[in-house]
Amino acid sequence: MMDILVYGTVNSISLALMALGFALVYGISRVANFAHGALYVVTGFLTWTLFRAAELNYVLSILLAMVMTGLIGAAIYQFFLIRVRGMSISEIIASYAIGLAILEGFRWGGFKGMTYTLPTFMQGSVILAGTPVDYHRLLVVLIGVGVVAFLWLFTHYTRIGLALRGMAQDERAALMLGIDSDLMAVVAMGFGSMLAGLSAVVLLPLGNIVVEKGYDVLIQAIAVCIVGGLGSWAGAVVAAFIIGYAQIMTVMWWGAHYQMVVALLAIIVTLILRPSGLFGRQKELEERV
Amino acid sequence: MRDEQRRKERLDRGIKVRADSLYALMSWRELSYLTAPRLLLIVGILALPFLVPSLYWQRVISVVCIYALLAVSFDFLAHFVGLVSLGGAFFIGVGGYISALLNTSLGVPPLAAIPIAALGGAVICTVMLLPCLPLRGVYFAIVTLMYPLLLMRVIEAANIFGGTDGIMGVESFPTPRVEEYFVIGVMLLFLFLLRRLVNTDLGLVLRAVKDNDQAVKASGISITLFKALGVFISAFLGCLAGACIVHIYMWGGISLFALDFSILPIAATVIGGGGTLVGPVLGCFILVPISELLREFGTLRIVAYSVILMAFVVYRSEGIMNYGQRKYHQFERWVKV
Amino acid sequence: MSGEPILRVEEATKAFGGVLALNRVSFEVGEGEVLGIIGPNGSGKTTVVNCITGFIRMTSGRIFFRGKDITGKPPHKIADMGVTRTFQIMRPYYSLPAYKNLVIPLFSPRARRTGGWRGGGRLGDRDTVGVDILEEIGFERESFVPYKLASALPTGYLKRLELARCLALKPEVILCDEVFSGLSMSEIASMLPLIERIQMEGITVVMIEHRLRELFRVARRIVVLNFGEKLMEGTPDEVMSDEKVKEAYFGSEEVEEVMTYA
Repeated sequence: MMDILVYGTVNSISLALMALGFALVYGISRVANFAHGALYVVTGFLTWTLFRAAELNYVLSILLAMVMTGLIGAAIYQFFLIRVRGMSISEIIASYAIGLAILEGFRWGGFKGMTYTLPTFMQGSVILAGTPVDYHRLLVVLIGVGVVAFLWLFTHYTRIGLALRGMAQDERAALMLGIDSDLMAVVAMGFGSMLAGLSAVVLLPLGNIVVEKGYDVLIQAIAVCIVGGLGSWAGAVVAAFIIGYAQIMTVMWWGAHYQMVVALLAIIVTLILRPSGLFGRQKELEERV
Repeated sequence: MRDEQRRKERLDRGIKVRADSLYALMSWRELSYLTAPRLLLIVGILALPFLVPSLYWQRVISVVCIYALLAVSFDFLAHFVGLVSLGGAFFIGVGGYISALLNTSLGVPPLAAIPIAALGGAVICTVMLLPCLPLRGVYFAIVTLMYPLLLMRVIEAANIFGGTDGIMGVESFPTPRVEEYFVIGVMLLFLFLLRRLVNTDLGLVLRAVKDNDQAVKASGISITLFKALGVFISAFLGCLAGACIVHIYMWGGISLFALDFSILPIAATVIGGGGTLVGPVLGCFILVPISELLREFGTLRIVAYSVILMAFVVYRSEGIMNYGQRKYHQFERWVKV
Repeated sequence: MSGEPILRVEEATKAFGGVLALNRVSFEVGEGEVLGIIGPNGSGKTTVVNCITGFIRMTSGRIFFRGKDITGKPPHKIADMGVTRTFQIMRPYYSLPAYKNLVIPLFSPRARRTGGWRGGGRLGDRDTVGVDILEEIGFERESFVPYKLASALPTGYLKRLELARCLALKPEVILCDEVFSGLSMSEIASMLPLIERIQMEGITVVMIEHRLRELFRVARRIVVLNFGEKLMEGTPDEVMSDEKVKEAYFGSEEVEEVMTYA
């Protein structure tokens, strides 16, 4: 029982970390960033290259990799997605193609075969209420909570954060108030990519860096966002917990393979029962005239 | 003394009457202006198996036609019904597995298994996609993206339907010629049928659902029903393609859900020209041979499609067919005045 | 007005977030009458139409059509029952010719049920019937006008096309959302007989309008909305001489005083 609680929490926070980047980008610029999983893997490989190959300090590698991923994300938006803004078919295809190109490029470009790992932040483990938990996982939880808190403060108290929230609520109104929506969308994409990167550096040490993780992360991030309601950040957090616990329970009782199936089932069930998600602010086609 | 002046005149000037969509055909020459490209396409494709050197390339032609079926189904769904399917592999996989299972477990011969798999697969796929139909397009894209990835994992994990090894020993077509011409014939047939369909009243309603769904609702028509119909048609074609392919390769496995099947139809449509239904066929004829040539380079070919696709979508989204049609109608000749 | 009202709106309330677009609006529409709904901008007129026809879900309240509760039904079902509407921001199928625009409503289950194709018969040609309907609505048959793409038609024709779209369904009620807006005086003058003819066929018409003078020529009863609430209802004369209505349209009494002195 306790282990479900503990591992469930860790998994939930991990999911939340994965999903927040996607939720941010969608909430602000209404672009479904199908390259989210690709950016996750990009950060992982960048960190690995900087740390192992270029032998830089670990923390430095992490920070550099995150920033670089953020820049890559912003560049993707600025040079490609901006041109198809508003044409929903083309937007979806374009971001999907970019994500695919990156991920499959990695698969081909030599990052295969040997195992690529990143070291955990802290070694060792501790016994919490009868379950062994390693320090790194505890750190994951702490970092996750920290990120959520930071995001909340940022979007409520800083100018840029408020501008982003404004755009998320109503783009036209934000434009009229002098907020440059294109620039904000680039910023949002950059932030979202950095968040993807953050989740990567925090979560990858728990396993290997493999291209498949990119697809898994994309699926899970999307599942969390849909269940929570596309566009709602609070919803994403709550949904992360729901799916996180569901996944852990599935692993315990049925087997580790079915983890991803939970994500898909969550999506389907949500779409059948309550399409706008838990806290979705967009009531889909019901209210549009 | 009269100066003979010449001016340039569009070839189709005599043909198009005042109403933009009516063509009054008045002479053989004008008739051929319209039919020549179409005949060229049909005869060309039908003659292709005889023009290619080796058995290997003949198989490539069959594979091209399979992809073409899938690409046409994508184009139809995206540009005539308004739903973007990011997971063509879903249809291929479902159709393929059903046909393979029918053949190996129940001994149904290929020429019977294929239609059954196509129909049954279409029903299954439509039902599985039903929940996201009343919603915005993004959801459909997401769900179609996920289904192949997840079905792949489920089959692997639960080790059903042959698991990672797949279903072996699927019967193939009686002879290679039958195989080729069956596939080519099916592709041409459905291409023709779809092009006819989009101009019927039903096709108009589907296009209206894409362009202006509020007005369609206000006219008392259920959007969800017609979207489901569109998905059914598209799924039928996709499952048909999948069913054919397992009989060509004589094997059905999780690679039926591979990304190739998802991305190549999209790339073919964008390059070949979306909205024309012929463009995707053209795109396949370009991309699949390239893909065969790049086969040694592993997944580089997927990178290649993705990059090309992205470039086209962002910078030149018209596609070859649309460009070509435009230019064809703008051919000019010198005419004495 | 005889017997049951054909349409009854009961305590319709709609809140968009913190804004109350409709606040317990109730009124009835008698069968075969022409009802006008007026009010200054933002008073909730279009919202009422959206609620009645199911395009928006109300926060509370009920709508009754011929005594049956149609609250919460999806828009296509409500249209199928015979309650149709036009759109204030016109929505023709721009890429299709005008007569093809009518193929879609003629394809609906209702058109098939009610035999909306008079000329074509069951297996008939929807194109022909489309041209017929357009002719009734004022498109000159022998010209090329019905065959023009909707994107090439001027506003007057497009408004008629909207009405044609409704008529193709052989409706029982048509809710016209600002059908006169954007038209010149002469265009409106030529539309009025059309509305009268529709009424004579027994169809109930509800008109949301800004152009009061023209509206009062066809409508016998008016409902006035302001800030989402029903201000009053009555005949055009009653409405125009009502103090509250004048205040809603023209502002406070001070303006009135100025006007009387001027």
